Amino acid sequence: MSAVEAPVPVAGGVAIPAQPERSEGAFRQMARRFVKHKMAVVGFVVTSLLILIAIFAPWLSPHSPYAVTAEFSAAPSASHWLGTDQVGRDVLARLIYATRVAVIVGFGTVAIYVTFGTVVGLLSAYLGGWVDMIVMRVTDMFMAFPYMMVILVVVSVLGPTLGTLVLVLALFSWPSIARLVRGSVLTLKQMDYVKAGIALGLSTPRIVFRHILPNALAPIIVNATFGVAAAIMAESGLSFLGMGVQPPTASWGNMLTDAQSISVMTDQPWLWLPPGIMILVTVLAINFVGDGLRDALDPKQ
Amino acid sequence: MLTYVIRRVLIAIPVLFGITIMNFVIINLAPGNPVDMYMTPDTPPELLELRKEQLGLNDPIIVQYFKWLGQLLSGNLGYSFSTSESVGSLIGERLGQTMLLGIAALILGLLIALPIGIMSAVKQNSKFDYLMTGLSFVGTSIPQFFLGLLCIYIFAVQLGWLPVGGTETLGGGGGLGDRLWHMVLPSIALAVGIAGRKVRYIRASMLDVLKQDYLRTARAKGLKEFIVTNKHALRNALIPVITVVGMEIPMLFGGAVIVEQLFQWPGIGQLTIQSILSRDYSTIMGLNLVAAIVVLGANLLTDVFYSVADPRIKYH
Repeated sequence: MSAVEAPVPVAGGVAIPAQPERSEGAFRQMARRFVKHKMAVVGFVVTSLLILIAIFAPWLSPHSPYAVTAEFSAAPSASHWLGTDQVGRDVLARLIYATRVAVIVGFGTVAIYVTFGTVVGLLSAYLGGWVDMIVMRVTDMFMAFPYMMVILVVVSVLGPTLGTLVLVLALFSWPSIARLVRGSVLTLKQMDYVKAGIALGLSTPRIVFRHILPNALAPIIVNATFGVAAAIMAESGLSFLGMGVQPPTASWGNMLTDAQSISVMTDQPWLWLPPGIMILVTVLAINFVGDGLRDALDPKQ
Repeated sequence: MLTYVIRRVLIAIPVLFGITIMNFVIINLAPGNPVDMYMTPDTPPELLELRKEQLGLNDPIIVQYFKWLGQLLSGNLGYSFSTSESVGSLIGERLGQTMLLGIAALILGLLIALPIGIMSAVKQNSKFDYLMTGLSFVGTSIPQFFLGLLCIYIFAVQLGWLPVGGTETLGGGGGLGDRLWHMVLPSIALAVGIAGRKVRYIRASMLDVLKQDYLRTARAKGLKEFIVTNKHALRNALIPVITVVGMEIPMLFGGAVIVEQLFQWPGIGQLTIQSILSRDYSTIMGLNLVAAIVVLGANLLTDVFYSVADPRIKYH
């Protein structure tokens, strides 16, 4: 997206496989491109802050997110900066603690499905034949279900806990990454350096994990970043509908549930505007990071 | 072309079978059963047992699956556990509402995205481009329920311009204008995300095309820039956009669940939630299946349209 791009310096050599040096050069090059994307840097800072908030929630939070005070639905004040909810709990404390849910769901889901999807995609492409055929039909099956709808059904069937939420989101997210990895591996398999590796008699795992996977990594990283945002968005939607994270545990989505009543919406905007803004800011920040990574990792830029 | 379509349909059949099996497995993982919903403290257990027997819930799972599948192949989606209505007609009367909203949202989304995407590409790296690219990110990042709530808050509650929900004014006799009026807010809630995703796509696609030689030729012939952009370039830039419109279909189903619930829109999204709450498994299975078929069909249609629009693409 940046206007002028310096010619890409040839890092390391082509002939000498100087692994560590080459990867460091690539990383620096990537970092330099990433920093040029201003919104991506802002997104990165915001995302890091959110992770810190999630980790240090007990120290940052002015109150316990579960403590019920005498004031119900109180407007923002000096002791409750964002007021209290209908049960009398501090909204700011709940907002801070809900960051944990978002971070766990976002990164947990992605960690599981990216690992699984990558392995499946690698195997499918490398083994080919009937394995590939079956894997592709299975991904077809998973991808034919409308994401939100099927997740809603499965989560409600299994019981909405944080654990099942993460697993179910992962269960319906891996096919896209498996297909992505399969696609790039099929291309990479034809590359001369892979053929050279085979001719040199290197073992299959070594070729797959040392030679093919590192070169297929860029799209995986980009997809995973957007995946974090998508998982957070899906969780908040489910929680909003009352089928995700269950109260009293605070999630940004379930904090918005009450705003479906017109009286809450008009009389207590502090109950629903802050969590909504938090979801928007978080998802936006992560999406910008993803966009920055896409630009930084795309060699065609 | 025809052989390609036939082959695709043939591939879809095992996928559909897989979907029915997955569907069945998911539903059977559920604890409890629909009969629990009839239970009051003084319901005699024999009565519950009788009802379970009637609904076929005591058969082994495999038997239940094949019974359901057999009925399915004769076009019967079964009967709702909670209201005893036919699932097929239950979904049928709702699907139209969902599609109405979905198509309105798609059209609205594209109407927003097309001019913005084209302008962004033509004025690449201008302030307008940066602003619109930024806004498109906001469009894709705002949760539909939050956007919907904001819309209701601003346009329905504060300004009083538009209704808060439903499909027509109660007791107002309805009429086309009234119905359209009720569609505005839910369509916007769905369309903003679509527009956000499409703007970037149209922009990128347009940028690719704008670099090509035939456009230089067109300008060299002395054609006006407006014609070059909107006729020569746009036609080719729109081809890849077709595939992405197809990809929106599953998203629309997902969006329907949230937006229909928020705006009290009687479509299949709302039916999904009602069925989940009443543990109406036969309806849930029917809904999942219909949604999956629509998605598979939409994918196929997208690919066919794509090859019609771009003769360079050949399917074998």
